[in-house]
Amino acid sequence: MHFRGSKIILFLGYLFLYLPLICIVVYSFNESRLLATWTRFSFKWYGTLLSNPIILRATWTSIKVACLSATVSVVLGTMSAIIITRFTKFRWKPLFIGAITAPLVMPEVVMGLSLLMLFVGLERVFGWSTGSGTTPIIIAHITLTLSYVTMLVHARLHDLDRSIEEAALDLGASPLKAFFVITLPMISPAIVLGWLLAFALSLDDVVIASFVSGAGSTTLPMVVFSSLRFGISPEINALATILMTLLSIGVIILAVLFYKKKI
Amino acid sequence: MTNPMYRAEEKVISWLVGIAKKISGHNLLIAIPFTWIFLFFICPCLILIEISLSESLIASPPYTSMVEWLSGHMLQIRMNLGNYLVLFTDEMYIRGFITSVFIAGMSTACCLLIGFPMAYAIARTPERLRNIFLMLVVLPFWTSFLIRVYAWIMLLSPGGFINSLLMKYNIIETPLQLMNNSFAACIGIIYAYLPFMIFPLYNAIEKIDYALIEAAYDLGCSPMKAFFSIVVPLSAPGIFAGSALVFVPAIGEFVIPELLGGAQTLTIGRLVWNEFFGNMSWPTAASLSIVLLIFVVFPIVLVQGHRETKFLSRN
Repeated sequence: MHFRGSKIILFLGYLFLYLPLICIVVYSFNESRLLATWTRFSFKWYGTLLSNPIILRATWTSIKVACLSATVSVVLGTMSAIIITRFTKFRWKPLFIGAITAPLVMPEVVMGLSLLMLFVGLERVFGWSTGSGTTPIIIAHITLTLSYVTMLVHARLHDLDRSIEEAALDLGASPLKAFFVITLPMISPAIVLGWLLAFALSLDDVVIASFVSGAGSTTLPMVVFSSLRFGISPEINALATILMTLLSIGVIILAVLFYKKKI
Repeated sequence: MTNPMYRAEEKVISWLVGIAKKISGHNLLIAIPFTWIFLFFICPCLILIEISLSESLIASPPYTSMVEWLSGHMLQIRMNLGNYLVLFTDEMYIRGFITSVFIAGMSTACCLLIGFPMAYAIARTPERLRNIFLMLVVLPFWTSFLIRVYAWIMLLSPGGFINSLLMKYNIIETPLQLMNNSFAACIGIIYAYLPFMIFPLYNAIEKIDYALIEAAYDLGCSPMKAFFSIVVPLSAPGIFAGSALVFVPAIGEFVIPELLGGAQTLTIGRLVWNEFFGNMSWPTAASLSIVLLIFVVFPIVLVQGHRETKFLSRN
């Protein structure tokens, strides 16, 4: 049953969501630096972007950080989800759940600040220096994304039919084997989604990375953020268009895979 | 003759075996994520509290330590509440809190005004189309956050899209000041967090039995009245959840007010950043963070959590 104007509302709503992004894509192909004049179609800004060593290095750093933190986060998140769903006798569970979900509501500035203070403290007390490497960013991103992964995997584990797992245990499989052979394949869609979400969150974060990163390591969002402070730049248009294209391809592949129930 | 060394070794070995037995499966599984969360979430929070109670120093690190050993055997604990006192007396911080609450509140209200009709319209489309419409809502959310903020810089800045267009057709002569005010910060937040509002609203509205509304119509209820007396109360859990999901990240937001809000839109997030990076005043930054958590974030989370459990137990 339609109510009057529902199509207009949807049209306006999606216009609001997509028009700004379409503007970016269109103007990434404008040769002029100014928005007022459309000179001609060109790939000029893509060229300058791809020959910018700072952006290339930062992209590589970001991808490395995102891959590593997403992987660790998925492992720890799956463990935490198992603890939350399956360990009924665990005494510290409320504290555990609270601490693991707290980063979801923690303002980024507070989280960045507190982690940096921890790293400074560690260096002062134990002499353990994180140096200028990417280690602090990776640790911070794991802590940030852990809660999201845990929630995703927990939701899946919660809905799972436990009897299959119990049957395996009754037939003499060790708990470890039952997990890897029965449970893991069944929760793998949630794990894949969790990895992708953690990857995207890590690739997106600018505040926490700015706080904890040393002088030598700059991630892509940090570079973009500092250039945005100076206003419009056609190179960022080109970068955004590339990112959006990659994203759309990724989403289409995922949608097709999920549709065909491959994962 | 027993060798004392041998005895000691035996003791160590049996002790290690005892530990190894305790570190079987379950405990190890609990220990790994627990250690991580303890080290990198709980410890940083405790350190933050400690630093918020210390005094600012011009040194490295720039704060006094709370616990100190005096002449080797006397423990001295110093707590300084001065940082908190400043926050509640200095006008800049008070105004920062008001600005943050105002911007977050406005954005939440606008998100609700835009999100509710959209969620309602999506819930009323044919079932096979709903997932596509919902996916179209999340899709921009997966593009980089900074890019979504940048899109609005491009639209609103003095040399941006809207001003260029208006000037080209001679509607205005000088660029309008659309950016660098709290209005722009609100738009940025609405754009960035709208999906957080639409999803819980959609989940609540989808469950409403349409027959109820039809019954109201049949009994002579006007559409407006039917909407406010049936749809709104039944979607209340979605309204509250969505509002919390927008308000909580909006209140501590740093990037959007920094890029779109201009110099005078000083939110708490920006104040924390400025105290830390600009003034090198770690204790002030820490106490600002603690106040933000205790007075703003915790109450909302607690109320929302309470509402959710109450709602779940009622159904």
